[in-house]
Amino acid sequence: MNFLALQGLAKTYPDGTEAVRGIDLSCAEGALTVLLGPSGCGKTTTLRMVAGLERPSEGKILLAGEDMAQWPPQRRDVGFVFQFYALYPHLTVRENIAFPLENMGVIARERARRVEEIADRLRLDHLLDRRPRHLSGGDQQRVALARAMVRRPKLYLMDEPLGTLDADLRLAMRELIRDQQLADSVTTLYVTHDQEEAMSLADQVVVMEGGAIRQRAAAAEIYARPADLFVAHFIGSPGMNFAQGQLENSVFRSGEFSLSLGNCTSEGNVTLGIRPEFVRLVDEGGLRGEIVLDEYQGACRYVHVQTACGRWVVRTEEAGARALGQRVGLDMRSERLCLFDGESGKRIE
Amino acid sequence: MSSFLQLRGIEKSFGAQRALCGIDLDLGEDELLVVLGPTGAGKTTLLRVIAGLETPDGGQLHMAGEEVGHWDPASRDVAFAFQNFALYPDWTVRRNLEFPLRAPGRQLGEGEIAERIAWAADLLHIDKLLDRPSVQLSGGEMQRVAIGRCIVRRPRLFLLDEPLTNLDAKLRESLRVELALLRRSLAIPMVYVTHDQAEALSMADRIAVLSEGTMLQVGTPESVYRNPSSPQVARQLGQPAINVFEVCSRGGQWWVEGGGSIGSTRAAEGTVSTIGIRPEDIAPHGGSGGGIVRAVEDAGSTWVLRVDWLGQSVHITADKERDYRPGTDIAPKVRTERIVEWRGSVLRDT
Repeated sequence: MNFLALQGLAKTYPDGTEAVRGIDLSCAEGALTVLLGPSGCGKTTTLRMVAGLERPSEGKILLAGEDMAQWPPQRRDVGFVFQFYALYPHLTVRENIAFPLENMGVIARERARRVEEIADRLRLDHLLDRRPRHLSGGDQQRVALARAMVRRPKLYLMDEPLGTLDADLRLAMRELIRDQQLADSVTTLYVTHDQEEAMSLADQVVVMEGGAIRQRAAAAEIYARPADLFVAHFIGSPGMNFAQGQLENSVFRSGEFSLSLGNCTSEGNVTLGIRPEFVRLVDEGGLRGEIVLDEYQGACRYVHVQTACGRWVVRTEEAGARALGQRVGLDMRSERLCLFDGESGKRIE
Repeated sequence: MSSFLQLRGIEKSFGAQRALCGIDLDLGEDELLVVLGPTGAGKTTLLRVIAGLETPDGGQLHMAGEEVGHWDPASRDVAFAFQNFALYPDWTVRRNLEFPLRAPGRQLGEGEIAERIAWAADLLHIDKLLDRPSVQLSGGEMQRVAIGRCIVRRPRLFLLDEPLTNLDAKLRESLRVELALLRRSLAIPMVYVTHDQAEALSMADRIAVLSEGTMLQVGTPESVYRNPSSPQVARQLGQPAINVFEVCSRGGQWWVEGGGSIGSTRAAEGTVSTIGIRPEDIAPHGGSGGGIVRAVEDAGSTWVLRVDWLGQSVHITADKERDYRPGTDIAPKVRTERIVEWRGSVLRDT
């Protein structure tokens, strides 16, 4: 099942910078895995090592069981899509798409057939005889995608392929990529810093930071049960609400606020976290605060409440706006609470 | 609400390109108006005309009752914050903030200058950065200082051109909230330009939707979201985008050609319309069937389902209490009262 596996993969640059610190990762055949993290987390270096554009300092890259860590890029059967389209400006769209096939020695008639087929799928058929500079950004990125797909590689590698596109185009392109990937079931490794994009696309999300993997799971799992405070902060928009306090005899206390947590074996300093959609505005009780902002979002509103534990956000589908300055309580769905260790920041089960 | 700024029939062309086509717009004394539109809609040109950086080819511009169309930018007393923060890198934050206050012609005492800097620094949470060279600031800090430099002047009008666009998603979200909180304590009228629908919905008192130099609709976020004047406006707000169908009324139901019935209507028999239904106004269950889940996207607090239904691809927001898999049959049900209707067939080939 583990079609692509990284084992102890590391990259240390000559100046001593440890870009990737021995990561282990496995990707099921046909799955889309997203490497997600802030800039400098090691996600792009990891992708470039799989592509063969960086030589690993240590570790293995197994594709269908074969270690290709020391292979040159052209021997690796991968299709690469970059943030910048990297099309050949002097070639037409048709020639750009056909280019990898020519390199593989595919005969002209077969080449033409496969270019037409992929152009048809990606709705590029009317653009085949144009040159890249006459295309919009979205069209250029579709050509880059076609060029990666036309070879029918074992693996797609995508490095922020939506990075330079406008917002609405980005959504359309995201759906197109996912549809094509689902249709062909090609194992895909996809890099982004955008958590929303990662969540919406991925079969498996890998959150990276400081050259290491913080958590690896389905998006819904990472969202509901982040492994540590870093992941909890990074995933979700608006972000998770937090309160620092103490846990004693299964009761969480932070200043005046206390909350009984049923039976909880941990004690001491903890951070409590909960997502905005699991907090409810109440008149009596709860974590007390004052409404400072009410953001309309169409499908919902985000009500911001200043509390002794900081500014909290509540997602509500209530119709009317709340009055600013109103005193309210915040009631939490206890089964949705997360607790993080006060020292290590790790999630307490 | 008395109006501070009035635009009437503003025209601007660059060569053969019409950038602004007869723009009418009013801005209240204490109002935040968001101009929303895609790249190339004319948003920045509109701001530059208001600031006096472009001379319109036609139309009138009034500020506080005075025709200012021929005033130079300085006399208009307008502050302009750009997408790209233009700070002097070697100067400290304090010196950058003081700069507009020490401009020739401004006769401010040292006490007044110090007081204004302290006020702006406090509002923007940059008081600890005042003595740092601006080259050492992060992107978010720089943007705060750039905004600070606009507000210390206490201008009559504040123009913001995509101030959050170049920032990463997390920072954009937190600065959006800070800006929304800030404007409550400022009480300066603002025109805020963006292509980001979430920013527009959350920050605006009113949204003005601009497309190809033409104002398509002006209204409160809720009215534009709920009652968009055209499919084009409807698609600008909401994520995922509104679902649009070409329909015909038959037996009190809207029918999608070649698809099936979608919801009840009181329209006369045989009325042809275009209707819009927001993804959150379709429940994945309770209807008469016929939907097939094609893809499931995790949107954090909800799922976004992409469903083949009635012969087209439809977005449906579903709560996370249930799980969905591609290939599953579902029975979508529309909240009929939320259907937006545009009479006649107005769907353009977009």
